[in-house]
Amino acid sequence: MEWIQQLINGISLGSIYALIALGYTMVYGIIKLINFAHGEVFMIGAFVGFYAIAGWGLGFFPALLLAMAVCAIFGVLIERIAYRRLRNATRIAALITAIGLSLLIQYVVIYFRGAQPEAYPDALSNKTFDLFGVQISSQSILILSVSIVLMILLQFIVHRTKIGKAMRAVSHDMDAARLMGINVNTTISATFAIGSALAGAAGVFFGVYYTKIEPLMGIIPGLKAFVAAVLGGIGIIPGAMVGGLVLGVVETIVSALGYSLWRDAAAFIILILILLFRPSGIFGKNAREKV
Amino acid sequence: MKKVKGFWLFLILSIVLYVTVQLLINAGILNQFYSNTLIFIGINIILAVSLHLVIGITGQFSIGHAGFLAVGAYISAIFTMKLQLPFPIAILVGGIIAALAGLIVGIPSLRLKGDYLAIATLGFAEIIRIVFLNIDYVGGAAGMQVSHLTNWTYTFICLFITIVVIMNFTNSRHGRACISVRENEIAADAMGINTVYYKVIAFALGSFFAGIAGGLYAHNFYIIQPTNFGFLKSFDILIYVVLGGLGSLSGAVISAILLTLVSTFLQDYPETRMIIYSLVLVIVMLYRPQGLMGTREITDIFGKWKSVKSVKGGS
Repeated sequence: MEWIQQLINGISLGSIYALIALGYTMVYGIIKLINFAHGEVFMIGAFVGFYAIAGWGLGFFPALLLAMAVCAIFGVLIERIAYRRLRNATRIAALITAIGLSLLIQYVVIYFRGAQPEAYPDALSNKTFDLFGVQISSQSILILSVSIVLMILLQFIVHRTKIGKAMRAVSHDMDAARLMGINVNTTISATFAIGSALAGAAGVFFGVYYTKIEPLMGIIPGLKAFVAAVLGGIGIIPGAMVGGLVLGVVETIVSALGYSLWRDAAAFIILILILLFRPSGIFGKNAREKV
Repeated sequence: MKKVKGFWLFLILSIVLYVTVQLLINAGILNQFYSNTLIFIGINIILAVSLHLVIGITGQFSIGHAGFLAVGAYISAIFTMKLQLPFPIAILVGGIIAALAGLIVGIPSLRLKGDYLAIATLGFAEIIRIVFLNIDYVGGAAGMQVSHLTNWTYTFICLFITIVVIMNFTNSRHGRACISVRENEIAADAMGINTVYYKVIAFALGSFFAGIAGGLYAHNFYIIQPTNFGFLKSFDILIYVVLGGLGSLSGAVISAILLTLVSTFLQDYPETRMIIYSLVLVIVMLYRPQGLMGTREITDIFGKWKSVKSVKGGS
């Protein structure tokens, strides 16, 4: 029975990873850039949620929506200020800019509010259900269900709306999409907005679930979410969801076996194994290299 | 003939530099703070130049260089502190083990390209750090006490050897093969160059010198902890190379000197330092993506007039 409980914990953690991984994978799919600053968007989301709940006394859902909105604007700003100029630059230049931006955001936040961690307020009453001998907290259930709703919403946007169609077209072939009259810049901004909003939601969930946030909290979940995106096949939206859930479960199992210090290593070992044996990920198709 | 002359000039200049600094230290004009800064600059130049070989010359984007620095630091510290061997042997062994680690990491991961390679090296560096964090023999998270053995002489000798070896490697047949891999891997492959072999060689050589720097680093700080070798350290080294200009050895040296000075004088304000660092990096990438020097060397600037003349005469 304890295993089922660990599995549920793993799935809640995994759904947080999956929400962050979705932003990575969408941005990679559309402009082929690993947006290292995505982990910082997640951090900003957690802090906006914190100030909304602790400072202004908002409830959980208004705080969640506020964090998502602020993060969406923030993501669009990042794209507009830094990445848009680099669209035709080399991959290395873009990657280094992303790393630089990530550090810049972290240390600007530290500069203005200090590096001390903050205890997340209890925005959700935490009840524990007893279901056939399995202890399930209402928090995990809520996190899981809101994540699933957000993912279904994302699938709907990508597959059923006009902007989603534009996104798929741009990620398939940017030049052809432009020739067809799609506004590429708006589409990319929309992608950043949606991905960042999901990261903001993940930030609030992370705060509620772990009850501690700090300015450097985005680094490790960001990297792990990237691992999740690669695991599922980068650029593929269902892949990021599955990758995140798998990673969360694996990490929880490693901790449950008593190797909690090796938990972070587990993610990177998965990353390296995936890169070596199946670089296109679980859902990926092999792409031919063209000269 | 011209190259040989350049080498002698370089040798004489470096001996003059070494003797002057050593005399200044002996005479007490340069106090502890300044000589420490000089040693630190030397270590950072070694790191920058070793990463320059991997990124600048061979074009393989590695963002896990601190992992090899950690291997060199810990191995050399074990040799001096636990096995009581002399310092030069410890540095050398640290470098060799780091090169082996480079081979182990490089052979599988250098099949990957671009972003994937970058992430794989980052992952390996994190794994190396977590391994050291979990070994109680080297102190785990609390770190390991190391006696202070690094001085200006050791630093300078290591620095000199690093620069000479990497300069000569770059100008050799092997170095040119590496440059061809950087310029176009598929074309290089088609020309009969064993691209995997050269990528792995460059990676192992870069790791070797990172390990040497690790030995000096460990014996300069009294204590080494796994947190010293995290992602931020790799990133620091990356900045030296990128800011100097990818493919320019003198650019890497110059930016390592400048940035070490900046961070030494800003060490009381770590947040400001990181803000300046990252801001500079972003701005350079946006407005001058080729870096300070591009792929040119400092000698090219002095030799410009001559080469312009000869090109005109030739046509």
